[in-house]
Amino acid sequence: MTTNRLRRAFPAIVVFAGGILFWETIVRVFDIKGFLLPAPSAIISAFPAEWAELRPAAVGTFTSALAGLTLGTTLAIVAAVGAVRWPMAREGAMPLAITANSTPIIVLAPVANAWFGLLSPWSTIVVIAVLVFFPVMINLVRGLMSTDAAELELMASYAATRRTTLWKLQLPGALPYMFSALKVAAALSLIGAIVKEYFGGSQSRLGQYITLKAGNFQFEEVWTAIVLAALFGIGLYVLITLVEKKFMSWHVSVRAAQI
Amino acid sequence: MTEAAMTLGNVSMVFDADGGSVHALEGVSLDIRDGELLSLIGPSGCGKSTLLRLLGDLLVATSGSVTVRGKSAEQARLDRDYGMVFQAATLLEWRRVAANVELPLEIMGVEPAERKRRAAEMLDLVGLGQFAEHYPWQLSGGMQQRVSIARALVFHPSILLMDEPFGALDEMTRERMQMELLGIQEKTGTTIVFVTHSIPEAAFLSDRVAVMSRRPGRITEVIDIDLAQPRVFDTREDPDFFAAVTQVRESLRSIEEAT
Repeated sequence: MTTNRLRRAFPAIVVFAGGILFWETIVRVFDIKGFLLPAPSAIISAFPAEWAELRPAAVGTFTSALAGLTLGTTLAIVAAVGAVRWPMAREGAMPLAITANSTPIIVLAPVANAWFGLLSPWSTIVVIAVLVFFPVMINLVRGLMSTDAAELELMASYAATRRTTLWKLQLPGALPYMFSALKVAAALSLIGAIVKEYFGGSQSRLGQYITLKAGNFQFEEVWTAIVLAALFGIGLYVLITLVEKKFMSWHVSVRAAQI
Repeated sequence: MTEAAMTLGNVSMVFDADGGSVHALEGVSLDIRDGELLSLIGPSGCGKSTLLRLLGDLLVATSGSVTVRGKSAEQARLDRDYGMVFQAATLLEWRRVAANVELPLEIMGVEPAERKRRAAEMLDLVGLGQFAEHYPWQLSGGMQQRVSIARALVFHPSILLMDEPFGALDEMTRERMQMELLGIQEKTGTTIVFVTHSIPEAAFLSDRVAVMSRRPGRITEVIDIDLAQPRVFDTREDPDFFAAVTQVRESLRSIEEAT
């Protein structure tokens, strides 16, 4: 089992390690300037000196991202269930949601500073929540509406209430949609947090750290923040995938991955 | 066998469709006897599935009445008088076989221990006792349909409504399932309304066959099938069986010629 998994992961590990090695090599061979692309070894050696400044910045950014993700997802679930329950609300809200979802909501970032105050954590959390809300809501509505007509008839033949039908049939059936949406939303929450922080706010945030260091041409330091953000994004993705495996072992996408 | 389990009184059904209306059923009257197996047969699009859904209160007739032992079809549905089986097994893929069979009991608020006992009993009846902990995708199409029948009967409904339940199965499996269905009916005494487009299937299974015309669907003839009970494997080679098949076929052909 373990050897099997290792064998399956092997190509990915080779490509990843090879990529890092290639990066290191071209930087050294072509003597690429640090402000264009620092070598991986240079980035790693920049970590110890920066850690005291980097750690609280990362914690602040990741906390905002998680808070925004949680708030946006929760509101989206409530809205999606409501939209499926009341067709009138759905017909009114869905075109708006789809329109909003195709606009670059992140442009609200500077405006949010005006709404909530430059230093309020809410200015970041709300931007992320709005960013996350639409894709999750739209996907979940699609998932809830994709229930098989015969399965709905089956529930009707049991004289099941709407609530029972929602809990026992529609929500479990929408889980695959929910998890794909969550993976997109997790990445969006990080993008939202960091881009929002570029526009000001608390100094101890990754976005502010990056702007500051880039202004001083300290690009190894900039890259430490990029690496941390990437690691957090990957971690979040892995976490969601694990939860997905736990709750969706029955689904064809998870089954196929286990073969 | 003489008391009417269900009565259709001059039932008509008109669907609103884009740019007009579709007249699906026209003046259908029929008594379904207690404990009988009645097949509905007719050309495709004749409204036999619609008629089945009117019986089960999944659709409401435009005019006419559907009564179940003196009460309305809606009341019968609320009283959980109906078991439903569709062409697709419509098992919930996130539930194991036993949990699928328990679903109606769960919705009806039966205690967990009792649910488990009755689901196991039903699974034994359809010969799938040892598959209780499997997921639906691990079963063949015929086995899935047997689970679906077990689920429909687990709460002891007095009426079983079946919409081409064996239509997607291969011929061998289909014949075995027909035998099993008759065996189950003998044990449970359930009244069965069975939609099919297979003439031999209707002749083999039924006490009576209701032949329907093209849209708008009417019942043109109700044929008594005088075959010895219980029906056995050799019944299909009985001259009486061929006579019954011929009678149903002739009846269907007279519709073709009339239109």
